[in-house]
Amino acid sequence: MAGRVSAPGAAKGFVLPQVPKILVYIVGFIPAVWLFYAGITDQLGADPMRYLEQALGLWALRFLIATLAITPLRQLFNVNLLRYRRAIGLLAFYYAALHLITYLVLDQGLDVAAIVADILKRPYITIGMATFVILVPLAVTSNNAAIRRMGGQAWARLHKLVYVAAIGAALHFILVVKSWPTEPLVYAAIVAVLLGYRLVRSLVKKPSPRRRAA
Amino acid sequence: AAPLSAVKSPFSTDEKLTSREDVTSYNNFYEFGTGKDDPAAKAKSLKTSPWAVKVDGMVGKPAEFAIEDLIKSSTLEERIYRMRCVEGWSMVIPWVGFPLADLIKRVEPLGSAKYVAFETAYRPEEMPGMDTVFPVLEWPYVEGLRLDEAMNPLAILAVGLYGETLPNQNGAPIRLVVPWKYGFKGIKSITRISFVDKQPATSWNKQAPSEYGFYANVNPSVDHPRWSQATERRIGEGGLFVKRRPTLMFNGYAEQVASLYTGMDLRKLY
Repeated sequence: MAGRVSAPGAAKGFVLPQVPKILVYIVGFIPAVWLFYAGITDQLGADPMRYLEQALGLWALRFLIATLAITPLRQLFNVNLLRYRRAIGLLAFYYAALHLITYLVLDQGLDVAAIVADILKRPYITIGMATFVILVPLAVTSNNAAIRRMGGQAWARLHKLVYVAAIGAALHFILVVKSWPTEPLVYAAIVAVLLGYRLVRSLVKKPSPRRRAA
Repeated sequence: AAPLSAVKSPFSTDEKLTSREDVTSYNNFYEFGTGKDDPAAKAKSLKTSPWAVKVDGMVGKPAEFAIEDLIKSSTLEERIYRMRCVEGWSMVIPWVGFPLADLIKRVEPLGSAKYVAFETAYRPEEMPGMDTVFPVLEWPYVEGLRLDEAMNPLAILAVGLYGETLPNQNGAPIRLVVPWKYGFKGIKSITRISFVDKQPATSWNKQAPSEYGFYANVNPSVDHPRWSQATERRIGEGGLFVKRRPTLMFNGYAEQVASLYTGMDLRKLY
């Protein structure tokens, strides 16, 4: 372990103890295990299906936000969590998949007509479904073999889609509720800050020639 | 909660009741927060005694009723009604109350009165959900009915449920119940009832007019712009594996209320 701690990112600032990546998955799946256990043992309140569905979706959004926080944490605070980003990103995908399965199976009872109508007619479902579709290629290529096959640049370009997914997830949450309660707005604001940070940084760091001319 | 004695009503459904636990723990009462469990957790701070309901506007006998006098002077009935929330879930609730028409007759509305407007208590210091950065709704909560809707025998003012006075989270000490309309029409913790000649403003209609109409009649064929209203989940039925059931026109009360809307385009006047 001592050798690994002196990896380039961590060397400059403060040194984080490294944990095995498998621990990220184990901890990450605790909410899902608890939710299913509580659901089966009737501890999720009066509307357990809805609670499960919403909680899984919320965890997907939280993990998505966590992956987006890793770069700013490194650049601004010198905290390097890069080696856990793949695991956290995949957790976001797994939770999104569980959220979708809950909607398809428990909420809609696999009523294909109702589901298709939902996807076509309800903006929040259209957006939610599109967000999940975006996450699929990202999850499929979240391994070293895919990076080698695609080449680093193409892979990085593809994975920029996570920004679109984050916007989609935040919008999906805002559109599903009545009025403007605080919680979805707070999540949307966090996504906006994390994406806004990248935008600002890209403008400051290497302004395009056109911009410079103006 | 104090016990209330009530006579049975032919308007009651014989469907299986939603448990008292679910009825009193899963609520929308945004004055106490937008979470379903917020009202049960936070509504204790609402002081429901003393409580008066002011009845004014276009009436021959405006009055202010103390809640205990209103209860004493009314024949309380048990009304077991289906309750359909605009969000797509439903319950079966044994309300205790009296016909809204009884109160209306006592105050003798003038011929000019066409609508009834309702208002919830405005008490930010007792209602923590009102004090948010972005108010979820414009306070106080207001609702309204056309006078003939209000006179329909199904419309009641509820003062209790499950044989006892209302828990605060369900709208103590007095609330409206109009079972053929979406739940948000059932304004809670009423302090004022006014008789007016113009269609009164209603809270959700002001918040999002394209989503919540003045009438808000339960109607499976008119979708909410963002979700379907064709089916509903009955709370407490099947747990995680709850099966959706078809939503009924006017929430199953078409026989009693459909005539109120003859000739109206319910797609436009949702």
